[in-house]
Amino acid sequence: MTQIRRTRSGGRIDRSQPVRFTFDGRELTGFAGDTLASALLANDEHLVGRSFKYHRPRGILTAGSEEPNALVGVTRSPGSGTPNLRATQVELHEGLSARSQNRFPSLGFDIGAVNDLLSPLFVAGFYYKTFMWPKSFWNRVYEPFIRAAAGLGVAPTAPDRDRYANRYAHCDVLIAGAGPAGIAAALSAAEVGARVILADEQAEMGGALLHETGATVERQPADRWLEAALAELAANPRVTLLLRTTAFGYFNHNYIALGERVTDHLAVPDPDLPRERLWQVRARQVVIAAGSIERPLVFPENDRPGVMLAEAGRIYANRYGVLPGRSIAVATACDTAYRAALDIHAAGGSIAVIADLRERPDEALVAEARAAGIRVETSCVVTGVLGRKRVRSVLLGRLRSGSVTAAGTVNADCLLMSGGWTPNVSLHSQSRGKLVWDAERGAYLPGAAVQAERSAGSCAGVDGLAAVLADGAHAGAEAAREATGTAHAPRQIVAEGGEAGIGWVLGALPHDRDAARVRAFVDYQNDVTAKDVKLAVREGMHSIEHIKRYTTTGMATDQGRLSNMNALSIASTALNRPVPEVGLTTFRQPYTPVSFGTLATTSRGDLFDPVRKTPIHGWAAGQGAAFEDVSLWKRAWYFPRGGEDMHRAVERECRTVRESVGLFDASTLGKIEVVGPDAAEFLNRIYTNPWLKLGPGRLRYGLMLNEAGFIMDDGVVGRLAEDRFHVTTTTGGAPRVLAHMEDYLQTEWPDLKVWLTSTTEQWAVIAVQGPKAREAIAPLVDDIDLATEALPHMSMREGHVMGGIPCRLFRMSFTGEAGYELNVPPSRAREVWEAVWANVEKLGGCAYGTETMHVLRAEKGYIIVGQETDGTVTPDDVGMSWAIGKKKRDFVGMRSLARPDLVAEGRKQLVGLLTRDGTALLEEGAQITREAVPALKTPALGHVTSSYVSPAAGRPIALAMIADGRARMGETLHVPMPEGAITVEVVPPVFVDPEGARLNV
Amino acid sequence: MLLIQCPYCAVERPELEFRYGGEAHIARPESPSELTDEQWADFLYMRSNPKGVMAERWRHVHGCGRFFNALRDTVSDRFLAVYKAGEPRPAIEVSAPAAPNKETGR
Repeated sequence: MTQIRRTRSGGRIDRSQPVRFTFDGRELTGFAGDTLASALLANDEHLVGRSFKYHRPRGILTAGSEEPNALVGVTRSPGSGTPNLRATQVELHEGLSARSQNRFPSLGFDIGAVNDLLSPLFVAGFYYKTFMWPKSFWNRVYEPFIRAAAGLGVAPTAPDRDRYANRYAHCDVLIAGAGPAGIAAALSAAEVGARVILADEQAEMGGALLHETGATVERQPADRWLEAALAELAANPRVTLLLRTTAFGYFNHNYIALGERVTDHLAVPDPDLPRERLWQVRARQVVIAAGSIERPLVFPENDRPGVMLAEAGRIYANRYGVLPGRSIAVATACDTAYRAALDIHAAGGSIAVIADLRERPDEALVAEARAAGIRVETSCVVTGVLGRKRVRSVLLGRLRSGSVTAAGTVNADCLLMSGGWTPNVSLHSQSRGKLVWDAERGAYLPGAAVQAERSAGSCAGVDGLAAVLADGAHAGAEAAREATGTAHAPRQIVAEGGEAGIGWVLGALPHDRDAARVRAFVDYQNDVTAKDVKLAVREGMHSIEHIKRYTTTGMATDQGRLSNMNALSIASTALNRPVPEVGLTTFRQPYTPVSFGTLATTSRGDLFDPVRKTPIHGWAAGQGAAFEDVSLWKRAWYFPRGGEDMHRAVERECRTVRESVGLFDASTLGKIEVVGPDAAEFLNRIYTNPWLKLGPGRLRYGLMLNEAGFIMDDGVVGRLAEDRFHVTTTTGGAPRVLAHMEDYLQTEWPDLKVWLTSTTEQWAVIAVQGPKAREAIAPLVDDIDLATEALPHMSMREGHVMGGIPCRLFRMSFTGEAGYELNVPPSRAREVWEAVWANVEKLGGCAYGTETMHVLRAEKGYIIVGQETDGTVTPDDVGMSWAIGKKKRDFVGMRSLARPDLVAEGRKQLVGLLTRDGTALLEEGAQITREAVPALKTPALGHVTSSYVSPAAGRPIALAMIADGRARMGETLHVPMPEGAITVEVVPPVFVDPEGARLNV
Repeated sequence: MLLIQCPYCAVERPELEFRYGGEAHIARPESPSELTDEQWADFLYMRSNPKGVMAERWRHVHGCGRFFNALRDTVSDRFLAVYKAGEPRPAIEVSAPAAPNKETGR
């Protein structure tokens, strides 16, 4: 069986290039220029999928991106590929491997089809009803069952190896859709010299011109004129033509997302090309030329393979040289189906009947059809089809004053249908433009634009080729004039043929069948029937938004482009309210499904986030350090030696720092240089601490609150001079703190003469901590007296190290040991580090990482903002009232500290915890309760914020925030865990050297 | 994504370059200590959240770094005006009924 439905000649396929492909493993042949759908039809394959809910056999309904049934998976290599592609959009290439979906074990015999027999269980809203009882079944039975049954395609199992690209573009006029209206718009806009982007989702531009074989444009055959028009546009350097590119999202301020499918249609793609490309376009003006979509008729069994939209049948015949069946019946309420029947007839197809719902269709068309030997029945309705996996025959009924009587059966293996045309208003709706109901046409049309856009051609309700071309040309000229300010008359384009599509019908058709037994589908992809919509109304869903969600109509990937108007009409009849009063759901982005790759573009793996490394990073990596992520920074976490695990390495590092000396890379600390005559006054207002009297050369720990009185950051601040401060922030807080400072400086106190500069990456910071810290650095310091009398704890000097390297030398500690921080230029940091390291090694010291830093500071009860605090913690809560300048008139957050709830009893306060058994390590975040086994719903007293094994204390220690914690010293509390509660004692939060004597050695 | 005009740079740039800064014209009181708890809570937390024209702060954070004010219609997302910090709110009619604007200070 090879392409038995292929016409002898005609179409835009290349008959000299046969293309082999497989469908469900079977080898088939098509031609270059085919889509998967047209190639399957050429081989008389209509059954291509199973439906979502009932697993009913489904065929190819359309020839475009609105296809609801023919969804296939295309495999590129084992484990990778794309599910749920519309066969009507998959271009055939040599070796294409496609599979049908939602069937087991095979497309022809599918066990899930039992759902079709059980369909009374699966009516609208069935999941709200069927799975309600017993309650315990939900987690164990119902949900796993629904999850396994839901969904159509199978997600790929292997990581996506393809590349996805991203591109930004600007243009004067973006035109979405390259049918006759879009091309006419592009020609007119380009004439003015506008920068134009013309995008079309298909493999060829031209839209209806590609199958309007009888029409002429500018006295040439339509395809000839199309070729010349596209050549003219392609030759214009200001015009960008984008094929296989869908305008899938219309966002604020004329920002439009285009998805370009670059290589999927190629048998052997260029490895340098991305698979897909996201275009982010900012257009001054947009012309939407999205065309219109033919509407299915809603009659019993309207979903059988072989039932197809009339214009789709015409497209397959004229553009692809494929007859959609051996014997074809046509059911219509619209004139355009006559053209389909006549074209298929001319191509050698056999038209069994044209059943026209209307009593008096256009006489000329009827005469033309009859002259061609086609039987035409008027006032004639399709009442069903026979055949399960393929239409066998069509049931006709005679319409007389609203009632239907049987009018015989017609043998046919294909039924083409047309309920008229629905203007494609998706993009207009996405742009937030309103829609207006046109009762004459039975259609919603684009109303007033909210953004700089206009719809042109049949998506704006314009009918007939000549009118569409004229409307497109006018829209293009108009858009170009508004974008560029240059006016130009629209291109005049003469056309004949491509008649207007007069006639339409909405909603479920009347029939003479047993209403209880037959089903007429409204939304094919989500398996929603006319009965479901009526049921939803009966069950109280009166808003279209509720009907949509209850029945899922219009929620499939076509977003209701095929189904909405029929569903709306059925709901309107059931509610006995006119259509416009029922309302319309909103069309949302994306227009058609978009791959995750297109949305992620290059932001994957190493490129997902920038990585920040300190100048010491390479040295630490060379020493075998383990790293942890702190905001975007990579920080050395610990330095294992000789097979140590983290626990052993950290214990050794902690002991070494307290016994001799440790070297720590603190370069990631945020740094801000605050300069100006009012610098001290500024800091006085920003921090809780007093700054006016801090002498040059002195350091002070600064605590920063937000205006609500909660701790937002902390850090040590050094005064370099009367008008110059070196501020440090937490590693993750630097941008936030600078923004906070800028905010107050610019908007509240613009009178202060202060300048703020981020210097985080201007200074690398080498922290040397421990009793031998001075010995380790002394040989390297050129011109600073390190004696405690000259440089006491919390003081600083500017000078040089290693023969002239500038250094801001801080004497400070975050470990409880005496220590120094050398701020040196990053370009010299590695050099200085290695020199210090040589001394540290001689003294028996070590390098330590962030984990040891955390343990050492916790042993001293120093808080970490974001660990002990969570944005609801005041200075007093963590025992830091001492950091508040008592004589200050005002600072950011000060007034809030007096608010009633911030001074109330029962606030959580920072305490230490020791476990009763002395060995259990508490879990950070664990809750703390009074009772070992508290009654259900007992509020916790607080939670563990930090927990480590402390080498100095010789046991695990923890910090915690506990209600009224400072009044609970010595109390026994409990930390309930899954294995049983851990008994803890509340102690002061300082575990090592509470007097601070070690700081001053 | 919005397009926003920075009144300092006098250029239109995508929203990505900017950071939103909440409602504009809510000046920090000169002497917070003299305010009652209610007045202070009002300053801290109460915002007008209008449907229609809203005066709001933006910062051209990935550009010049300056804070400025803008009038934006919260219904259409259109910017009606941008102006420098410290300049008065331009007189533009409110298109939809808005809650009373809470303005303190300048």
